[in-house]
Amino acid sequence: MKMLSKRLIGVIIVLIGVIALVFVMLRVIPGDPASVLLNEHVSQENIDRLTQSMGLDKSLPEQFVDYLGHAVRGDLGQSYFFKQPVTALILEAFPYTLKLTLLSIIFAWTLGIISGVISAMYNEKFLDYIFRPAALLGISVPVFIVALFLQYLFYFRFSLLPLTYDTSLLSLIMPAIALGWNSAGSVARLMRSNLMEQLGAPYMDTALAKGLLYKKAVLVHALRNAAVPVISMMALQLSGMLSGAVITESIFSIPGLGKLALGAIQTRDMPLLQGTVIFTALLIAIGNIVADVLATILNPKIRQESNR
Amino acid sequence: MKKENRQKSEHEFLRAFLQNKAAVISTVIILLIIILSVLAPFLTRYDETGQDLLNRLMPPGNGHIFGTDELGRDVFTRVFYGTRVSLLIGLFPTVLAVAVGTVAGVCAAHFKGAADFIIMRLADVMLSIPGMLLAMVVLYTLGGSLTSVIISLILMEWGGIAVVVRSAALEIQECEYVTAAASIGAGKLWIILRHILPNLLPTLIVLFTLNIPSSILSESSLSFLGIGIQPPQVSLGLMTGTSRQYLFSSPHLVLAPAVMILLLVLSFNFLGDALRDILDPERKTL
Repeated sequence: MKMLSKRLIGVIIVLIGVIALVFVMLRVIPGDPASVLLNEHVSQENIDRLTQSMGLDKSLPEQFVDYLGHAVRGDLGQSYFFKQPVTALILEAFPYTLKLTLLSIIFAWTLGIISGVISAMYNEKFLDYIFRPAALLGISVPVFIVALFLQYLFYFRFSLLPLTYDTSLLSLIMPAIALGWNSAGSVARLMRSNLMEQLGAPYMDTALAKGLLYKKAVLVHALRNAAVPVISMMALQLSGMLSGAVITESIFSIPGLGKLALGAIQTRDMPLLQGTVIFTALLIAIGNIVADVLATILNPKIRQESNR
Repeated sequence: MKKENRQKSEHEFLRAFLQNKAAVISTVIILLIIILSVLAPFLTRYDETGQDLLNRLMPPGNGHIFGTDELGRDVFTRVFYGTRVSLLIGLFPTVLAVAVGTVAGVCAAHFKGAADFIIMRLADVMLSIPGMLLAMVVLYTLGGSLTSVIISLILMEWGGIAVVVRSAALEIQECEYVTAAASIGAGKLWIILRHILPNLLPTLIVLFTLNIPSSILSESSLSFLGIGIQPPQVSLGLMTGTSRQYLFSSPHLVLAPAVMILLLVLSFNFLGDALRDILDPERKTL
């Protein structure tokens, strides 16, 4: 519990850091936002009024404190382009990204764990020589190439799946595979090296000496221990997936967070981009804490240390 | 380390390197790609931006090895000019990110206390924003260009490097030879330059090699989305992005740059893996 509260404080510090960084980076831009927003035929008076209503006449630190105060209460400002609260837009887009990411994680973990285990159990044998380079290929292919390849294959060649997202689960299959492909590769690599380490541990000899079958010993004992680092890596994967979601959502036109952020760049919608980036950082922070808790539950060693 | 010892360890490294098939093959492929893209202007009679509207969307053949694109430009020529950009993106920002990450990591490990706290929280901040979105913030402010892509890549990568360097440097600091050097009155700077940096070198080489492919991937993704490198400059990601609409009618337009990206990233990943096996067999730091 003590470890958790310590982690929580660390996460909050980092999140405030994220807000500060994004806030400053988006404001070092030359020119004032109010006049960019209105067209050039608007009088100075109107520009001033908008500047004031946007709070842009205050100093940068004052603006930051204002923004932070509102952000804590869940108010991320007003979108320039949609003329709606940023928070509402984000919450509308989030379920799509969540669904996509969850499906990708299921795909990546299933494929990654199975191929990692096969690779480790048949180390330096035929199957390993297939699965190991395959995993490296997994982490080497850009998301957009997987996506285009899938579209060519399953839409154009075999017409099995819809080209873009149409709210059906079927149309999420290609996006989920495209987004999960990289993670599957890294899970497989991590799983392989962890399991190899566990297979050499003394408890494996004991299990085998007791007469347990090799395959059963692997599945019952070694796999559980090897899975802990994979779970700890979950937050890192989440970060990679949210990056990949920008590309996947754009290719398959899924109205999620990535598409929202990309649209915000194209329409120069600063509050929307700012809000989306901060929201993804929050997601990663939550992912970090969940991964920590899961690892603690699964690994007695960490559990003991944290109880001390 | 004495001079003889260093020569000996270099010799050993070279031997292990030459015995590792993956390392040798990937190095050969990388060198081949570098030579071909440096010589690109002499290998082709086309101009990378020269349009030929009468010969649009031609299939491979007829003097155009990979065919022509929607403006009649020679795809083969453009792939190699794009590769030049990818190589630049792979090497240049990565060198800078490793430099920044090393300075930050060594400082954090050495000064401890407040400096350590501030540097590491800053790295945490960088790491808790998804790379693509951090880059988008930079690109929003600076606009899409080669320079802004380079700046975003450095911002994306230094944090992760700093974390690894810090833990490696802490481990080296605990070594007896460092305490011994300090006890005979060696200065801090001397210890850093003479003991910590040379012993960090294997870690840095592996970090550098493994960050090259991720830089190339990030640049190609940003340019694919149209927010990275802008035309008329050539980039493999940008080529894939603009050819996307011809995916079903002229798949070779997508295939040529895609295969090149894949080849580059795969070779650097193979090389990085092999170097890690050679330099850090027990996987202590990475």
